[in-house]
Amino acid sequence: MATTTDPLLEEIQGPTPGQLLRRRVFGHHGLMIGGGLVALLVVVAILAPVLAPHDPYAQSLLERLQPPVFLGGSWEHPLGTDHLGRDYLSRLIYGARVSLMIGVIAALISGLIGTAMGVAAGYFGGRVDMVVTFLINVRLAMPVVLVALAVVAIFGGSLQVVIIVLGLLLWDRFAVVMRASTLQVRGREYVAAARAIGCSTPRIVLTEIMPNIVNNLIVVVTLEMAHAILLEAALSFLGLGVQPPTPSWGLMVSEGKQMMLFEPWLVMIPGIVLFLLVLAINLMGDGLRDVTAPENRS
Amino acid sequence: MTETRDPILSVRNLTLDIPVGGGTLHAVRGIDFDLARGETLCIVGESGSGKSLTSLAIMGLLAPRIERRADRLEFDGVDLLKAGPRKMRSLRGNRMSMIFQEPMTSLNPAYTIGDQLTEALLLHRNVGKKAARDRAVELLEKVGITAAASRLGQFPHQLSGGLRQRVMIAMALMCEPELIIADEPTTALDVTIQAQILRLLVDLQREMNVAMILITHDLGVVARVADKVAVMYAGELVETGPAGAVFGQPTHPYTRGLLRCIPVPGKTERGAELGTIPGIVPSLVGDVSGCPFRTRCEEAVAACRGAIPLRHRSDDAHAFRCVHETGMATAEVSA
Amino acid sequence: MIKFILKRLGLALLVALTVSAISFSLLFMSGDPAAAIAGETASGEDIEAIRRIYGFDRPVLVQYWEWLLGALQGNFGESYYFKLPVADLIAERLSITMTLGVCGITFALVTAVPLGVAAAMRPNSLIDRAALLLSVMGQAMPSFWFGLILIVIFSIQLGLLPPSGSSTPIHFIMPTIVLGYYAMPAIMRLTRAGMLEVLSSDYIRTARAKGASEVRVMFRHALRNAIIPVVSLAAVQMGFMLGGSIVVESIFALHGAGYLAWESIGRNDLPTVQALILVFSGFYIVFTFLADVLNAWLDPRMRTA
Repeated sequence: MATTTDPLLEEIQGPTPGQLLRRRVFGHHGLMIGGGLVALLVVVAILAPVLAPHDPYAQSLLERLQPPVFLGGSWEHPLGTDHLGRDYLSRLIYGARVSLMIGVIAALISGLIGTAMGVAAGYFGGRVDMVVTFLINVRLAMPVVLVALAVVAIFGGSLQVVIIVLGLLLWDRFAVVMRASTLQVRGREYVAAARAIGCSTPRIVLTEIMPNIVNNLIVVVTLEMAHAILLEAALSFLGLGVQPPTPSWGLMVSEGKQMMLFEPWLVMIPGIVLFLLVLAINLMGDGLRDVTAPENRS
Repeated sequence: MTETRDPILSVRNLTLDIPVGGGTLHAVRGIDFDLARGETLCIVGESGSGKSLTSLAIMGLLAPRIERRADRLEFDGVDLLKAGPRKMRSLRGNRMSMIFQEPMTSLNPAYTIGDQLTEALLLHRNVGKKAARDRAVELLEKVGITAAASRLGQFPHQLSGGLRQRVMIAMALMCEPELIIADEPTTALDVTIQAQILRLLVDLQREMNVAMILITHDLGVVARVADKVAVMYAGELVETGPAGAVFGQPTHPYTRGLLRCIPVPGKTERGAELGTIPGIVPSLVGDVSGCPFRTRCEEAVAACRGAIPLRHRSDDAHAFRCVHETGMATAEVSA
Repeated sequence: MIKFILKRLGLALLVALTVSAISFSLLFMSGDPAAAIAGETASGEDIEAIRRIYGFDRPVLVQYWEWLLGALQGNFGESYYFKLPVADLIAERLSITMTLGVCGITFALVTAVPLGVAAAMRPNSLIDRAALLLSVMGQAMPSFWFGLILIVIFSIQLGLLPPSGSSTPIHFIMPTIVLGYYAMPAIMRLTRAGMLEVLSSDYIRTARAKGASEVRVMFRHALRNAIIPVVSLAAVQMGFMLGGSIVVESIFALHGAGYLAWESIGRNDLPTVQALILVFSGFYIVFTFLADVLNAWLDPRMRTA
């Protein structure tokens, strides 16, 4: 019996679920590219003080609007300088901190709110579900950009205010997706079994429901991170988000807009970086959804 | 295997290959049969034996990735192998029509029964809307639907499963086809409805003198309605012949096994165990050779791995594929 | 069907009421409205006088009730900045925003639905991949940046299109593309997914078995069913787009309602901001309501219920 061709044995000796997951993850181009880019930008953001060649706030009126290297500038300022003579590359690197911080914390806040509401609505149903569904409707009816702008204008545009406002506004998709996922899982036999043996509600939610919907949660987290980052950039672009001199990419585009006619690169560079970050997060989210989708678990 | 005079449908060596992840799935291999006007051919076999694929291959409704080959595939003198999409469209729903297994999902939820019934007629015949609706009412009455005229304005979701299948049958008859393929038309219905629908189908077939292929895994049905029987196993025709011959003298071990599985009132003793065929169907991916049934066959011998001859019983039309002359190893020893 | 419409209408009104309360409460989050009107140089007595004139000294609920009654009659109060009725200000600007919204959603639908259908007809083909690329890019593209790029290319480099203003239809080309591209990816993905699902259904096989042509199968049998969820999404997107027009209008200096909102926020002109929030929410509520009704009508299962 040195070699066997019994199909059952082959199945038993086949790849473990962990191996299969790894194979799927590494075989998914979108997930690899997106995840890789996100990881790179996270490292850049963390190591900003080490990587940035200059102080992002240091102005030098003598070195204003120097072009980037590829447009004939010097290596002293690889991506040139802005209208106040600040090093563009350094501001870009510190800007990654702003964007990522906003994305992560806003998604965390809205994720907590939305998941709690969605899971409660899906699990308890009835009145709770009616109230949550109504709140989702109300939230969707409010124009996000306008409300965010108004609230930020009232409380003043600081990083904290922008993060909190976005966190309080972007919970709708979490609630919608978590409600639907919970509804799906709630009817399963193992939940009924847990209830039958007398498990408490928190215990059922935490040990039976959550593990089975967490994959959907992760996907929504990535999508809402991207959403929050884009919104912050838009608010800052409109002058009512993060305030100068904080290096926010949206703000950099806005400041560059004044000189767009002569120096279009001032607008192009932060825009491209913003686009790439959001693209990478979305690719990662789509990839995670593909990889964790039950129909692909074969 | 069987020659019929002036057949309306003639199939020789039909082979269907499906490319899959690990190679090619040889889903149907070397199917032969003929069918004349007014005849009913029952194709019997378990799920996955290739019955439905065979019927879709005749209709030209296979998914594009499935490769269809045959020595002959002729419908009333038309070579279906050479017919282009336009030619096939002019035949489908017009001269050959099909009734599917799932009446619940086979009707378009967005259109009324009337729209769907008249569609084929309006597509293929030069008739007005009024005439088409009259024809639809006539057929609805024929398939036993009451208040036929008022049904035309209803949507599929307003009808029960049995009614929907009657609508599907009426739809298949709209253009007075010469060939009807019914793919397990009663499987999804309640048992009481099953008999009604089947009765209806058979009566209409006799009345209109059309050729019918009835696909089923219900041998009781076959015994009652078939002129000819074709038993399929794992993509091959293992036994074929006139219904009386196949039921009277089942020869292939698989056919005999199948027949042992049905209880016969009065004959099967109460409490006696019904027959089963143990084992599983072999994988059809990659090279398939020898008899596909050998893994489950009580009569299997080493020769079953090789080429399997086509044999005939006394009646020339009754044929089977087996290494044993009588389908039984013991008989061969004594011979 | 009538029962469904009435129920849905009740929900819409309740949502509108809640949004109005939230938008009204913005006024009190902002601190003392009397001080805001009086300006920074006003004395304490002036502020008190204004407080009495505007009625800010009365209970909050009374003030909300009056504001709501006024709003229902089209009276949103007076702008702090222009000293004109807010309703007139908005009415004057709304046509530009509506034009932009209608053009935007039309552009999105006209590009997204055919692309989604084509992608579903040939999964993994070149056109499917191109459509996917376009939608992935659209989802990641900051619309303000996309607008600026269009200005750089078509106005500054090529000199083909005007960078700002709203005097001619040509002025609306770039704003329409920017706003429409924002809504396109979701519509395209939903069309593609819906078509793929419908195309694998049994009744499509029935249609083919009847001898229907591929074109007939695609458009009459498949799209008719796949389009139902797309209608809802388009309405939601239309609502989002009007709310999001603030960004596009500011880039292209289109003096519509979004632009007014942007200016008013900068000027602390709260009555105008409140009214605009209510108006944009109202549009969203009306669109989604109409879409639900249209959906119920498109889907026979709901129509005959």
